[in-house]
Amino acid sequence: MTRVILGRLVQASLVALMVGLLTFVMTRSLPGDMAYRIAAGRYGYDIVDSAAAAKVAAELNIDQPALVALGHWMFDLVRFDFGTSLISGLPVIEEIASQLGHTLKLAFAAIVLSLLIGPPLGILAGLRPGGVLDRGLVVLSTSVRALPQFVVGLGLIIIFSLTFKLVPAAGHDHGAHLFLPALTLALGLAAVSNRVARDAMRSVSETSFYAFGRTKGLGEWQVFRRHGLRNVAVPIITYLGVQFVYLIEGVVVVETLFAWPGIGHALVHAIFGRDVPMIQGAALIMGLMFVALNALVDALSHVIDPRERRS
Amino acid sequence: MIRTRSILAALAVATCLASPAFSANDGVVDIVAPFEIKGLDPSTSGDIFLRMGIVETLVEADAEGRPMPALARSWTVSDDGKVWSFTLQPGAKFHDGSPVDAKAVINALEIARHKPGLLAKTPIQSIEADGNDRVRITLTSSFVPLLAFLAESRAQILALAAYSGSDVNTIIGSGPFKLTNIAPPQSLAVERNVDYWGQKPQIEKASYLSVSRAETRALMAESGDADYVFNLDPASRTRLAKSNKVNLLSVSIPRSVLLKVNMGRDALKEPKAREALSLAIDREGLAVAILRYPAAATQLFPPSLGIWHDKDLAPLVYDPEKAKLLLAQLGWTPGADGILQKDGKPFALTLTTYPDRPELPLIAAVLQDQMAEIGVSLTINSTNSSEIPAKHQDGSLDLGLMARNFALVPDPIGTMLTDYGPQGGDWGAMNWKNTSFDAVLTKLTQTVDAGEAEQLRREAVTTIQNDLPVIPIAWYQQTVAVSLKLEGAGVDPYERSFGLDKMRWAQ
Repeated sequence: MTRVILGRLVQASLVALMVGLLTFVMTRSLPGDMAYRIAAGRYGYDIVDSAAAAKVAAELNIDQPALVALGHWMFDLVRFDFGTSLISGLPVIEEIASQLGHTLKLAFAAIVLSLLIGPPLGILAGLRPGGVLDRGLVVLSTSVRALPQFVVGLGLIIIFSLTFKLVPAAGHDHGAHLFLPALTLALGLAAVSNRVARDAMRSVSETSFYAFGRTKGLGEWQVFRRHGLRNVAVPIITYLGVQFVYLIEGVVVVETLFAWPGIGHALVHAIFGRDVPMIQGAALIMGLMFVALNALVDALSHVIDPRERRS
Repeated sequence: MIRTRSILAALAVATCLASPAFSANDGVVDIVAPFEIKGLDPSTSGDIFLRMGIVETLVEADAEGRPMPALARSWTVSDDGKVWSFTLQPGAKFHDGSPVDAKAVINALEIARHKPGLLAKTPIQSIEADGNDRVRITLTSSFVPLLAFLAESRAQILALAAYSGSDVNTIIGSGPFKLTNIAPPQSLAVERNVDYWGQKPQIEKASYLSVSRAETRALMAESGDADYVFNLDPASRTRLAKSNKVNLLSVSIPRSVLLKVNMGRDALKEPKAREALSLAIDREGLAVAILRYPAAATQLFPPSLGIWHDKDLAPLVYDPEKAKLLLAQLGWTPGADGILQKDGKPFALTLTTYPDRPELPLIAAVLQDQMAEIGVSLTINSTNSSEIPAKHQDGSLDLGLMARNFALVPDPIGTMLTDYGPQGGDWGAMNWKNTSFDAVLTKLTQTVDAGEAEQLRREAVTTIQNDLPVIPIAWYQQTVAVSLKLEGAGVDPYERSFGLDKMRWAQ
């Protein structure tokens, strides 16, 4: 176990180093003049002009050589200093802390919702492969997954806010605001996880130990709880790890659509405004989050699956 | 399974509990607009604090752009136009209780004029106190637009305690509303300032939410989620106009879509060539198809800019045949591919624009089509807005399609000076030399006589219409969706205020 944790720590520091280097090289090689882009990000298109760009260039010492700038950033990073945003002038760590909190809340709600929707439906479908539910779900999952999240989100606003007036359309003041963005993400996740659960359930229900459970007189629910649930859970949880990628790309779109002040939205704006410290900080945190979540998935599989522990 | 059921039940209860809170009339005016709160500094998002009535400027503007008293109760100017003396409102207090006195005003203005902005371009020699309640601004030369410049959001007056050095730490204004909560970049909340020196507002609380997607904004208006939704896209506007759930308010604003022309390019330096490009544009078709309101520009300034719009000026028209004729006279002949050629070179240009205003790339595509009709080939480069000033500076721009706001200050002379001065401007003329025009502009900044000023403005507008350093394409309208529950809401053509102080709930 210690070896696993150590391995993950090494992985985390490698991710940090790679993300740092890559974002640095990428922001430097983006087209356009840095000072002008930052000035446009700060002051907006009505006010950006060469005078504003000149002030920005002088203030940020933009002409220093790339290697010197990289060195500064690496040195600051070792001291856990992410610098200040070039656009807002606030410390990057403060901005990211508040944005990350919002994004984590959204991501957690999306995962919980998707687990409530996807696997139960998938398991029911897997118990009767080829049934009405199974075939219906294939069509539904494929269409939800094929639609851009942008369209799914707008559709949900029209259904839940406009037609039934159940929840507010966008904003971030109270709990109800969380529902639609989380559901938008959850539907995309559930569209895949119900398929995974269905296939897992099907293969488990076809095993001889499952058939034996039934033969010895256990009810459908008992045989599922004793012999099915744990076996089905392993692929579902492993697959969650893969789905985090979808979640991270999803928050960018969903946060913008629902005016949710999260890190995905912030990253997009930072890239437009060439806010290098924000880009580096946000990318780094997202990279580390990825490592942490995958570690969590590993740990969960470890707990559920005794075969892992033995090997 | 029991656990799953209890979670489901909890979610259902939470949804039920949460929904009344949102649908009930909670007494908060929810304002939604696309602008993000980028920071506290007046030079970045100061306009939002001004629009929400949190901060104030020395001078205000009425609907026609004429200066009105605000934090300055009155003012006088010396005969040579160089010394302005402002008397402050007695009894005006900042939200932290400190007085709006000469010391605070001077501090705020000094910090503002050392940051990028129009005050930095004003010929100010010094700003001094004259007692506690008077501020004297001495200029190096007479400059009539000073009042308009002082009305700009970046010249807002904050309390001494708001600053550390020249950085703004917290927003302490003096306006009719107090900031109670701020969560950049998305939202802020205000409540009524009961100690306000002027007319006290009726609305008790309001919130501001930045929503960048126009579709979401329109749906928020329609669902009753927001009470005042600023800036609607053409498609949503058409849909909401048919709805009985909201009131739509539209007003023509001093913003024009312009084609910036690099007059240093061989193909564009002849006035006839620019006239031909202008004749090739079907402005009416374009305005109806893309902006979806009759907004074809017949000259630089829209009619809403009363004193700058000249209704007697011969309008810019659509006549592609005449355009072809003019280009033929200049020696351009159609090549095998239909593109005009001269001396073996094609009439091919790059059109730079930016998607921050979503209609601009669409207009660019229509222009590309219309120019192809007369044999001019355009390549569209839709990029960051800063590319237009950047390419102006390094001389690599051919054509720039932009939406220019003439009312950064309530008098367009400010924008005219920065855009069409002797050196041209990042968002205006490029490689344009016209000494008589420069003289007219300079005189305009010094003329106090109304009749003479009007004559000068006419001359300036006519010169631009003839020389076409920029080709006007369309005029803008601002559209706002307002909840039926709100009364007294309006749209400020100068985009200085959401008008919270004049709103009230319908009984």
